[in-house]
Amino acid sequence: MLNVLYFARLRDALGRDAERIELPAGVADVGGLLDWLRQRGDVWAAELAPGRSVRAAVNQDMARPDTPLRDGDEVAFFPPVTGG
Amino acid sequence: MNAPTAPRPLAQGATTIRVQTEDFDVGAEIAALRAGNAKIGAVATFIGVCRDLNDGSDVSEMELEHYPGMTEKALGGIAAEARDRWDLFDILVIHRVGRILPTEQIVLVVVTSAHRGESFHACEFLMDYLKTRAPFWKKERTPEGARWVDARASDDAAADRWR
Repeated sequence: MLNVLYFARLRDALGRDAERIELPAGVADVGGLLDWLRQRGDVWAAELAPGRSVRAAVNQDMARPDTPLRDGDEVAFFPPVTGG
Repeated sequence: MNAPTAPRPLAQGATTIRVQTEDFDVGAEIAALRAGNAKIGAVATFIGVCRDLNDGSDVSEMELEHYPGMTEKALGGIAAEARDRWDLFDILVIHRVGRILPTEQIVLVVVTSAHRGESFHACEFLMDYLKTRAPFWKKERTPEGARWVDARASDDAAADRWR
């Protein structure tokens, strides 16, 4: 299972802050998981569309589309950060 | 009668990262860092403050969200990178989360070193990287409603200067 987290604007738009997802067959990395989530359609396709500046972290380190995923990982999606 | 005084251990300085809802006392924080370290010759401080105006709208309050665990980890990584670049004693980063009102303090960065150059540079570096790499998000309340603050390209440009 993956523990998938959503923050800030993305959490508001997607209507959830976390979910458990069985690592889907054929999904090997962050980019693959994004593609898989987009296939839910509707708001998922819109909010996670390429060009929407979605950032990702795996196990609390910043990740890239080619960052590999393994069972048990914590994966987070969020907009560009605005602290300070 | 005077007890023999043991040689005071050389203060090496420490990195302290705090994410908290409470406000902070800048004077008390600096005094605590400086206490007992006669090697410190420079203290650089940055305080980020909540304004009542952003992108042309009045801001009545702001809500700051973070990613517990990753935020502290990211700030610790940024501090470690600053130590690789400059010769520093202490790094203190305090960032508030939750509800913050205009004029209230949001973030404090304090750096101590032997000479001013290291502290000045490290303090600015820490803020530039915090703004672009530490997972915090601001939501503002304005007369038009609540809105998430957009990231600024100028913050990315500021961070890129250190590459």
